[in-house]
This record gives sequence, structure tokens and C-alpha cells, in this order.
Amino acid sequence: MVWNGEEAPILRVRGLTRTFPGVRALDRVDLDLRAGEVHVLFGENGAGKSTLIATLAGVHAPDEGSIELRGEEVRLHSVHDAREHGISAVFQEFSLVEELTIEENLFLGNELKRGPFLDRKAARRRARELLESLEFPLRPERKVKTLTRAEKQMVEIAKGFRSRVSVLILDEPTASLTERETESLFALVRKLQAKGAGILYITHRMAEIREIGDRVTVLRDGRKIETVDAGSTSEEELVRLMTGRVIDQIFPSIEFSPGAEVLRVEGLTTRSGHVRDASLEVHAGEIVGLAGLVGSGKSELLRACYGLDGIASGRVVFLGEEVNGQSPRRMIRRGFFYGPPDRRAEGLLMNRSVRENILLPAIGTAAYRRGGFLRTGKERDTAAELAARLQLQPPRIERPVSQFSGGNQQKVLLAKSLTRDFRLFVFDEPTVGVDVGTRTEIYRFLAELCEEGAAVVVISSDLPEVLHLSRRAYVLYRGEIKAHLVGEEITQENVLQHFFEREVA
Amino acid sequence: MTDSAQREGREEESRRGPGHWAKQVFLRLGVLPLFLIGALVIFTWLSENFLTQRNLLNVVRQSSYLVLVSVGQMFALLTGGFDLSVGTIVAVTSVVGALAMAALHAALPEATFLVITLGCLAGIAAGGLIGAINGLGVALFRVSPFMMTLGMASVGFGIALFLTGGVPVYGMPFAFSDAFGFGSLLGIPSPVFVAILLIVFLYFLVSRTATGRYFYAVGANIQAAELSGVPSRRILFLAYLFCGLIAAIAGMLLTARLETGEANIGSSLALESIAACVIAGVSLRGGVGRLENVVLGALFIGLLSNGMNLAQIQSYLQTVVVGVLLIVAVIADQYRLRLMAADRA
Repeated sequence: MVWNGEEAPILRVRGLTRTFPGVRALDRVDLDLRAGEVHVLFGENGAGKSTLIATLAGVHAPDEGSIELRGEEVRLHSVHDAREHGISAVFQEFSLVEELTIEENLFLGNELKRGPFLDRKAARRRARELLESLEFPLRPERKVKTLTRAEKQMVEIAKGFRSRVSVLILDEPTASLTERETESLFALVRKLQAKGAGILYITHRMAEIREIGDRVTVLRDGRKIETVDAGSTSEEELVRLMTGRVIDQIFPSIEFSPGAEVLRVEGLTTRSGHVRDASLEVHAGEIVGLAGLVGSGKSELLRACYGLDGIASGRVVFLGEEVNGQSPRRMIRRGFFYGPPDRRAEGLLMNRSVRENILLPAIGTAAYRRGGFLRTGKERDTAAELAARLQLQPPRIERPVSQFSGGNQQKVLLAKSLTRDFRLFVFDEPTVGVDVGTRTEIYRFLAELCEEGAAVVVISSDLPEVLHLSRRAYVLYRGEIKAHLVGEEITQENVLQHFFEREVA
Repeated sequence: MTDSAQREGREEESRRGPGHWAKQVFLRLGVLPLFLIGALVIFTWLSENFLTQRNLLNVVRQSSYLVLVSVGQMFALLTGGFDLSVGTIVAVTSVVGALAMAALHAALPEATFLVITLGCLAGIAAGGLIGAINGLGVALFRVSPFMMTLGMASVGFGIALFLTGGVPVYGMPFAFSDAFGFGSLLGIPSPVFVAILLIVFLYFLVSRTATGRYFYAVGANIQAAELSGVPSRRILFLAYLFCGLIAAIAGMLLTARLETGEANIGSSLALESIAACVIAGVSLRGGVGRLENVVLGALFIGLLSNGMNLAQIQSYLQTVVVGVLLIVAVIADQYRLRLMAADRA
């Protein structure tokens, strides 16, 4: 950008770089945030948006590059430090203390005092004023653990507003808000805009970009691709900038040869209520996609089939047998593989070796046992073979999983599916936090599985994934299956129509 | 060779000096080898009787009880918990075993072998029962291991005192102490012999069976383990059951050595066994630890108290040293993890 004497941006980022083990999350990113604008950050999962805002909010220190605030270079050592500088961030993941009240949370780390004592009256008054100015219908004395997700989100937003803010960062703030709550949030953002604050806004929703955005910066693979005008850039153009490559190079073409039915779900309602009256079927030799927003129930539906969620009513038929309410252990024995979305929390034993992780589902079987003892030689051979097949980098099967990059950890998770005679493969967010190269390899892996005659289900929040891999796709919205699309019908418009029902309606 | 090249060569050499070597050992094996070497050097210097074959054999024999309890403790630690009731288990085993044996001996004075067998079984069953209750609480009712085992420690200690009225139990056949307390087999003192047998058995269990692997899996990430088909509840239960049974065996051996059943033995075992494991690199977060290192860790603690005895350090001060070393080991372990992370980056 040429400096042409126009008003200096409130926040100026130059050459920001941040690496994590194995991943360059941010690669020389530039960004200008003007006073009074809403600047949208747009990009796929793993494009670097989260790392960028975390760095600006003082969570991470950058490896290289500078952050200037009103023309002065700043170093942000902590979230607290960033807030002192007037940069306030509202993250998707809440940083609230469940056991404390709303007002205690609002002033946590910044308590109002009279002498050495807490000034509770003042805290209550200030909290009430803050919540009222935001038009959030919350009583400040309630404990945070009693709040719904949307209400917690409101508290988190209110926290961002508690001090004078010159840069406000909002990470998908409307994800769990109702339409009315969203409207009052937008009104607030506009108020702040008028006061000259700059707002960095992350969203995946086109409608929101139109409604509230001024400019859009597109990130991809940790790099800044372009900054464009929100009003005059078409949706197609934004998607092209976001994905940025010819689709055919990433996604393999898959020969589907649908055969016998493997899984049938009839009128399934889970006990948690996350899934209501859902029916679907999966055949051998096809990939079935499940699309929907986070919290739409697309994950919970298959988790209930796997025995992780309680079933209130409905039937799950796997390989011709009714399997309601079985444990994962039993489902694995029947040939059901489920690869969870969060590999750290549910997928892998981070401090154990690749070999132990890959073979964990299989070591209990007779194939790996001789006279009560584990066949460690066979175990090593299998692990080495699978590591080679999935091109694990580096191919060191005795290393703890924690020492591998995200993409390679994901490969370890996938390799687990090849250790037993599985008939159904369910992959929940198979490419989350994975770089493009590995992503392509993972897609090829899924294609091969399917072509070898396996039944495959891909649950994904990444729309292109569902569009380009599935023979059939189900779209969920708020726990219900809203659409069943086959072949040519699986288009972005058709899926999105059910994805963003609220915006469309 | 030019000057600068020579200098570089020298620098290289100095980098590979004792400091470098110690760092590599520390990174790879943890703090235990350094502790062991430190203890050997200091005690050899303090007392000329320390580094003798007779004394070292003595250390091994005295430590065999702690070795056993520590190996049991390792199972609980591997799954991400711990067992504070091992001392109580030893006491209950001792009291129940001794009472049973004394009663049977009075009734059947001729059938010594039968009396000893039944008495040992009774004692081990009592200790194992406490372990099983711990296991049920942790696995089935999801009570935190801290509360569960602390609670059972109180329950067991109370029962042991109640059964004995606080008085030592006499009246066991002399053959029991002769064989298991002071006897030896193939030239190996019998407690050491039993310990070796158990260690070999448990080594194969832990490293060469699916069940053994599952202890690590449950401790490393219980959710991932469950999703991979590991029967996590059964494994948690087994961890506390094994811990209880092994502590009970140690309890019977100790009873033989003392020639009486006592409610007051074993009070320091919970701390010492956890210390032995932690010093040996068993992670308090679960999922990491090696049996052979735990054996060494327990031997180290035995060595320490033997050395301090020879150096005439008061027993009150000895417990201070154990506590300090435990904390130092934990700090060193965290430091080691940081060094390892830095090494990789």
C-alpha cells in the first residue's frame, strides 16, 4: 500500500509472523485497521485468523513483525497488557469463571475497590450500566454457570466493553446469538464505530459481511491474500480469494459404486436434544457428507450411533442389526470406526508413541495376541507400514504424538482406522487445523477407502469438503435434517440455503 | 589445522564435557541417575561401611517392601490417580493375616503349612478388598482418587486399630517368620525373592499385554482410550485392585519380618511410594512411567535412609530429606520437559 497522506490507521500490522511446531500459522501478514471501520477477517479454518487475533490481543508474541497503535510501535505481553492499550478481544472460547457471578467476571483482574476492600455496590452498579448500555437482559448477580451459551457470549462481549476500547476484536460473536441479540450487538458496534473505534470482525457469514463490514481482508494458509471493499466485492470473488485454487487439484475424483446398506438411522432423537427425529442411510462404496454449522447436531447424530450420546427414541441399524445404546467398545467390534473432531481431547494419547496410538483399537484382538502376550513385532510392522502408507513425516513410530505437526497427528488418527476390519468409517472434521498439502493427502485416503468398497461418512464444517467428496449429503440445522442432496444437487447454493436458514428467512 | 579450527575443536570438546554428558543423561533418563550417583558419592564419603557388599545387600532386602508397594502405586499413578491408602492396606493385611494365623495356629498346632497359607490368604484378601473398594469408587462412582483412597485409609486404619485394640498381635507359627522374614531361597533373602518374582510377572503384564498397555492409554487420555474401545472402567478398577494386592503381599512379608501383626506399620508408605515413582519419572498426570525405573526409585529411597542411618542423621531429619527430594524431583521433571521442548524447537 502506498502511503498517500490519508488519515493514519488506528492499528497497523506489518510482516507479522508466528510459527508453531510444524506450522507457520502467520506468514508476514500486513493489516491496516482504520478508525471507525468494521474490518472483516475472512478465511477457511486454519487460515490464520485465530492466530492473528490472538497475537493482536496479546495471547501470543509474534516471532517477527510489528504492531503499531496510532503510529507507535507496541509490544503486547499479555491480554491484560493489550487491554491497557485499548485492544479488547472477545474470543469464541469463553474465558469466564463458572463459579463466579456475572459482575465478578466482568471486573475480574480489575476489581473495583474502596480502600483494601472490594466495592461491591459500585461493581453491581457499573455492571448493570454496562449490560443496559448493551441491551443485554442479564442480572449481574447471577452465577455464570447458570447461563445459557448465548448468555455467556453476552457476558464475554460485555467484558470486552468494560474499559475504553479503541480496537475491538470480535471472533464470530453471533454464532450463538438469536436474531434480536445479534441486532443489538450490531447497534452497539455501530455506536462504537461512530466514536472512532476500529473493529476487527471474524465471520463466516456472507450476510453479516454485507450488513456490517466496511472492508474485508482475506487470509489463506497464514498469508494475507488481499484486502477488498466489502460493498463492491461479490460473494463468488470472496470465495475464490478464500479457497484460492483450482478445486480439482485438491479434491480427487472418486468412483462411487454404492452397494449394500451399512448404516440406517430412523427417527433418531438424542437424550440431550441436540438431534431431533433424524433419519439417514449409508451404503458401502459411497461417501456421505454431513454439513451444518457448529452445534447443528451433525456430529452428535453419528456420535449417538457410536454409543457416545444417549438415544431417547428412534432406531440405529448397523449391518442389519439394531444397535441402540451400545458402547463404543462394542461398536468397534462390530466394525464401526469413529474418528473424533478434536484429536487432542478425544483422538490421541498425546504423550504416547505413534505406534501405541495407531494400534490402540486393535491390540485387544486375537490377531495381535500369542499366548496372552502382545505380538510386539507384528505391532511394529503394522505401525511402520501404516505410517508409510499415510506418509507420516518424520516416519518415526516410537516418537510421542505430541512431537508431530497437526497434519501428521491427524494422519495418526486416520491410521487407527486401518488396524481392524472396519466396515463403516466416520470422520468428524477430518482436516481441522491441517495444512493444504496434508489435506489433499487425506482426501485421497478417503477416496481410496471408498473405492475399496467401504462406507464412509464425512462430517464437516468445511463446506468445500462436503461439496467435493460426497456422493450424497445431508444438511442439518438445529438438530434436524433439513435437506438430503444427491450428486449434482450438492451445490454451494443448495447447502448454504439450509445452512444459514436464519439469514435467508 | 588452523588456530581457529583448533579453538573450535576445543570448544566442541568442552561442550561434550561432564556438564554436557550430565545434561544428556538428565534429558533422556530424568533426575534419578543423578540422584543415585549423588547419593553413592556422598554416603561413600561420609561412611566407610556404606559401599560394602554386605551393606548394599542389606539395603536391597530392607527396600524390598517399599519396592513392592511402589510398583503397586505405579499402577494407580499410570491411570492418572494415586493411592493414599497403601500404608493402611499394609496395616490391615498385617493385622488380619496375623489374627487369622494366630487363631488357626491355636486350633491346629500341627498343620503349620496350612495355617501359614490360610493366614497369608486371609491377610492378602483383606488388603485386596480395600484395593477393590478403592477401584469401585474410582471406576464406577467416579470419586476422585484423592478422596476415595484418603477415605479408605481412614476406614482401614480404624478397622485395624479396632481389631487389635492397638496392641501387637502375637501367636503366629515361628516357621512363618523363619521362612518369609529371615529365610532365604537360592541364597536370596525371601522378601527379595518374592519381590523379584512379582516384578518379573508385572513387567511382562505391563509391557507385553494389551491390558498393560491400557493402563497407559487410560492415564494418557481416558476419552481417547474409551473411543478406541479400551474398557476404561475395568482398567481403573484393576489399577487399584493390583495396587491393593501388591501392597498386601508386602504387608504379609513385613509381618513375617516383624513377627507380629501391627496396626501402626506403613504410615510413611504412601508418601514414600509416590516419591519413589515420581523420582523415577512416573508422571502425576498419568500415562507415563516405567516399571524398572520405579524399582530403582524405591531402591534409591532405601539407599538414602540406609546412608543417612550410617551417617548418623536423625530419623526425624530423614523424613525432611525425603520430602525435599520429592519436591526437587518434581521441579526437575518440569524443567526437563521445558528443556526437551526447547531442544526440539
